[in-house]
Amino acid sequence: MISEVISWLNDPSHWRDTRLMTGIPSQLEAHVRFSLIALAIALLIALPLGLLIGHTGRGTWLVSAANAIRALPTVGVLVLLVVLISPHYTGRTDVGFLIPTEIVLVLLAIPPILSNTVAGVQNVGPDVRDAALGMGMTGSEVLRKVELPCSLPLIFSGFRSATLQVIATATIASYVPLEGLGRFIYDGLAQQDFPQMIGGGVLVAALALLADLLLALIQRFVVSRGISGRFSRKVVVVGAPVSADVAQAELAAV
Amino acid sequence: MIPVASSQSSSPLHFWGYFLDHRKQDLTWLWDHVYLSLIPVVIGLVIALPLGWLSRRYKWVYPPMVSVMGLLYTIPSIALFVLVPPLFGLKALDPKQVPIALTVYSVALLVRVVADGLASVPEDVTQAATAVGMGRLRRLFSVELPIAVPVIAAGLRVATVANVSLVAVAGTIGQENLGRLFDEGKQLSTTGPYYPPIVLGIVLCVLLALAFDLLIVFGTRLLTPWRRAVQGR
Repeated sequence: MISEVISWLNDPSHWRDTRLMTGIPSQLEAHVRFSLIALAIALLIALPLGLLIGHTGRGTWLVSAANAIRALPTVGVLVLLVVLISPHYTGRTDVGFLIPTEIVLVLLAIPPILSNTVAGVQNVGPDVRDAALGMGMTGSEVLRKVELPCSLPLIFSGFRSATLQVIATATIASYVPLEGLGRFIYDGLAQQDFPQMIGGGVLVAALALLADLLLALIQRFVVSRGISGRFSRKVVVVGAPVSADVAQAELAAV
Repeated sequence: MIPVASSQSSSPLHFWGYFLDHRKQDLTWLWDHVYLSLIPVVIGLVIALPLGWLSRRYKWVYPPMVSVMGLLYTIPSIALFVLVPPLFGLKALDPKQVPIALTVYSVALLVRVVADGLASVPEDVTQAATAVGMGRLRRLFSVELPIAVPVIAAGLRVATVANVSLVAVAGTIGQENLGRLFDEGKQLSTTGPYYPPIVLGIVLCVLLALAFDLLIVFGTRLLTPWRRAVQGR
């Protein structure tokens, strides 16, 4: 079975659009597009809200409410919204399936980002906050220049788990039906073409792993080294002469 | 096979009538859902306990163990469902693929929880246990694991509630459980919206998740009588 899956993945006709089926690159593009739209909306809602709740300490019930959503079965909510919304859109358009899918994806992505942002801001030490206020920073400056950078590691871990949830659920959206890599899984199932079904599973898993890897890399560059504690050993030694390659790296960074 | 809706009402609130009309089938699916959600967590815990202990006992095991488990948890559920059969030598659609995939998730989540739970045992407590003459194994079972119960139980709650939702996903690839209700609702809605099976599925899934949650909270209370003694003082 594994060799058939490999030959399905290696078949060049599956990597371009034909009249019979949409190719892997187009489905990948659709999958990434749905996921990015949902993540952007969720980030725009959850990040400012989380920073505000964490900063003021008010409205923490919103976090519990958002977390309660997680107990809902995703497929059920997806099918319910599709049945509710899609009859209003007829003709050759997938808007009727896209809107309910995006609603579910946004609902899924908000709780991890929101709760991690609130926890991140609340975890900033009171001494750090006092020091920032003592330097004459205003409330919004403390939030932007101290609390946000300090809570970035937690915000990132929330965003990463939101991304994984969204990619996973966007796959299930192919069942309602919508384009995306999940198409191969559900089409393979319907046609009893199991190499296609399992090949689709390989592609989805690869996309999720790559997305997580990419975000981990971005996190390395965005989070201050003073917070993540990642220092080059050469620099940590106090008073040690700065070696040539470190100096060069610093020049390149400027 | 799709049972023909015997009642005409398609109102979302008609889900209870729908349940009564298809009681036998729905109860079978409910039971399938119960054991598909619970058994993987139990097997997962049995596998995770030695792995978690190992990554606590030998410090160098912890980082690679956590990375591998995190990687497994990254794989989307529907992808893992279809990837399990070729990796485990099953047929492409096998009733065993769902419990195996969910066991993988449970292990991935619980190894870290067990390791962190064992790490939460205060150093002076383990030293006291050693001082009264306990061997390593006896100390583990009669001191360290009981103290780690609250942390492990918190992980079990997350794993079980997640499983209830994930089992429903397996319904979309034709596995028998409450997820079939959503498939049924989708197919009955081709001409016009028909809500009862969909709403029934959501209600039963939420109730199931709630029941499991309460069960674990109650079990934790029974297993940790000393916490109540401390709180009641």
